[in-house]
Amino acid sequence: MSTARQHGDVMLKLDHISLSFGGVKALTDISFDVREHEIRAIIGPNGAGKSSLLNVINGVYRPQEGTISFRGQVRRDMNTHDAAAQGIARTFQNIALFKGMTVLDNIMTGRNLKMHATFLEQAIYIGRARREEMENRAKVEAVIDFLEIQHIRKTPVGRLPYGLQKRVELARALAAEPSLLLLDEPMAGMNVEEKQDMCRFVLDVNEQYGTTIVLIEHDMGVVMDISDRVVVLDYGKKIGDGVPDEVRNNQTVIDAYLGVAH
Amino acid sequence: MPASIAGPDATFPRLLLQHAAERSNRPATREKDLGIWQTWSWSQVADNVRALACGLAAQGFTRGMHLAIIGDNRPRLYWSMAAAQALGGVPVPMYQDAPAAEFAYVLNDAEIAYAVVEDQEQVDKMLESLPMVPTLKHIYYDDPRGLRNYENVTSFDALLDIGREYDRAHPGFFDGEVAKGRAEDVSVMLYTSGTTGKPKGVRQTHHAFIAAAEGARGFDALGPDDSILSYLPMAWVGDHLFSYAQWIVAGFTINCPESGETVMTDLREIGPTYYFAPPRVFENLLTQVMIRMEDASAIKRALFRYFTGLARRCGAEILDGKPVAFGDRVLYAIGNGLIYAPLRNVLGMSRIRVAYTAGAAIGPDLFRFYRSIGVNLKQFYGSTETCAYVCLQPDGGVKFDTVGKAAPGVELRIADSGEVLVRGPMLLKEYYKRPDATAESIDAEGYFHTGDAGIIDGSGQLKIIDRAKDVGKMSTGAMYAPNYIENKLKFYPHIKEAVVFGNGRDRVCAFINIDFGSVANWAERRGIAFAGYADLAAKPEVYALIGECVATVNDELANEGALADSQIHRFLILHKELDPDDDELTRTRKVRRNFVSEKYAVLIDALYSHKDSQHIETQVRFEDGRTGMVAADLRIVEAKAHMKAAA
Repeated sequence: MSTARQHGDVMLKLDHISLSFGGVKALTDISFDVREHEIRAIIGPNGAGKSSLLNVINGVYRPQEGTISFRGQVRRDMNTHDAAAQGIARTFQNIALFKGMTVLDNIMTGRNLKMHATFLEQAIYIGRARREEMENRAKVEAVIDFLEIQHIRKTPVGRLPYGLQKRVELARALAAEPSLLLLDEPMAGMNVEEKQDMCRFVLDVNEQYGTTIVLIEHDMGVVMDISDRVVVLDYGKKIGDGVPDEVRNNQTVIDAYLGVAH
Repeated sequence: MPASIAGPDATFPRLLLQHAAERSNRPATREKDLGIWQTWSWSQVADNVRALACGLAAQGFTRGMHLAIIGDNRPRLYWSMAAAQALGGVPVPMYQDAPAAEFAYVLNDAEIAYAVVEDQEQVDKMLESLPMVPTLKHIYYDDPRGLRNYENVTSFDALLDIGREYDRAHPGFFDGEVAKGRAEDVSVMLYTSGTTGKPKGVRQTHHAFIAAAEGARGFDALGPDDSILSYLPMAWVGDHLFSYAQWIVAGFTINCPESGETVMTDLREIGPTYYFAPPRVFENLLTQVMIRMEDASAIKRALFRYFTGLARRCGAEILDGKPVAFGDRVLYAIGNGLIYAPLRNVLGMSRIRVAYTAGAAIGPDLFRFYRSIGVNLKQFYGSTETCAYVCLQPDGGVKFDTVGKAAPGVELRIADSGEVLVRGPMLLKEYYKRPDATAESIDAEGYFHTGDAGIIDGSGQLKIIDRAKDVGKMSTGAMYAPNYIENKLKFYPHIKEAVVFGNGRDRVCAFINIDFGSVANWAERRGIAFAGYADLAAKPEVYALIGECVATVNDELANEGALADSQIHRFLILHKELDPDDDELTRTRKVRRNFVSEKYAVLIDALYSHKDSQHIETQVRFEDGRTGMVAADLRIVEAKAHMKAAA
């Protein structure tokens, strides 16, 4: 299935990225690229620097060394607002939703950048505000339909089980109509059935909307099944990069996961 | 009540065109899509059916062919039925949650070449069964999601385009085909759920289904202003009668829910006037209400308790128009403002004129509850072979333990063996490719043998006791009616399913399935910690809880003369839910008794020995088709039974 997909040019390229927090080196000299329309997985043992890497991509962390080029534009670091405006959306390892708001309202926040009406217009709900609200609601409904969460549309997020909250978070990211979607452990803590659903959604997003996806995942079965190429990190260093089969047979990777006798 | 539009030579496509001509702008079908209810008028529906039929014809579909229809209740799937019928073909709706292997049997049996399915899930199952089904050539899908890269399957929209073009090139073709249809043509083939053996294709004519729909329309004064929610499996005869046959005969509006999970919300939004649900749906609704009431404030709880008590006393009588004391009437009116009307609103039942339940026995408390809060809930009786139309309860003559009087046009008789026999226009034409089964079920006088044992009570209403073949004898010679006992057990909200054993034995023993939602809630309130279904089922407290239910059932049985010997002596609580995926239940959720007793033979042996526990390992099949093993040590306990007074 993955072989049938057409992958385009390099969309995102990280060159010699190093990131440290005081004396702790989180990332050391990492380089890799992401091509249009591909599903790119980042794997590695706990503390390998996977989430840090995502944070560098969408501008939460500023690396001390290296450059990031996104759609041909080379820069020292991203900033979060810029990243979002350029079509990078993400989900978080530990869900970051507004617990007291409904699913619908949470997903609507994903459309924030697409709304231009002033505060006053929105308050009295006329003209542009009304039109925008309807357009954005239609987009959000399409996402709700896509992720099959119609039944919880009006449910406060805090009342939902974990698996569904994860799906709502994906919905909010999708509502921003991203070209690059960063998923931080989208399947962590899910049961087999929820994982399968989530895999299907990730593949569908990739296929239907042509969204490029970078995901961090621990479940090797999932990673090997759905990703086109895999980067492996260990102690902040890149120890492998390639299509799933290459990575699976890479001795360094096997050692990192299983440990080696010294 | 509007007059009938169905003449003696009516067919469904002709009736549909008649609606389109006479009431073209009235709503025929609604579906909630992207959060908004979309409406199609009768003329729009007729247009779609026309394009669909022409599309199918252009693809080679001809008279007499079968069209498989698989998916949730979607407008286009209902329209496909009419399209197939317009061409003189026969729609064959199939249960959408069956795995591919089960599909293959029906697809082969019906020699399906054309299939209209809902979405990727169903397309995948079709493609999976393709190697086993050599006849299957054309697959059409409604929802294109995820199907972009599939080959050899056609989208519904493409089929409509092909049809419109064909229609332009062959004007008069569609009308000619519709005119060729005769009332005695087969209009649909519905597969029996297969409680016993392989499913059989039941062939019904236009005449039969129109007669059944027409009878019910007259009986309950259904008309164009009515509205129903279509949410039960399309392959089930009840849905075909309510959402298709009656839809076209009475001309009301069918509403398709947004998804299987949104039915409750959709029900509230639509507020149907005519409603059907199997007892388990009514039970789930009530359970939810009760659970939520327990979380309500003390004042609300007190009000609820007081007024449901009042309703129990006089609500059903008020609905039946019987004399009720003035004081109670006043209180009931207050209760209606404070409790009943808001409750009906929450349940989506504010506008209901007529609600039916059937398919399984309904608990008397449950039944009375709905009637007492002003929902006109009634029962009916019928089967796939009788277009789900044999008995109906008339307004004002509703009882919880009968299924009503013979419906208009139906002759009802009880055979000497106790079996219910029926005759009328709604009987099946035949079982597909099974002349032996047809001959066996319809006798020389034209009576259909229902296979149910029943009696007609003093008021002329039919009371079903059990499946005729299930009624047996215990070794003591006493009558043994397993379903009767099981239903008594299942009336308790904590018991989801029960299987009793006792035929040819000296005592009755039982398997119990707890209702996870209900028992889990009960356990939480008592601070009982549990890790999952199996763990909860094995808790001593749960055994005690179920033991009380069993003891009460024994109490009742002890007072029923002939059935006093059927009291339950020992029981166990199963570690897993009986499931259609494991072949333990049929798709309509009836217990496959023989299968269960073979699969759990060790447990039955243990029940009839003196063991107080038994180890069991069972295979389970997950929804994705994979299998796994579960093992458990099940405890067996004695139930409190009432011994007969010493003779």
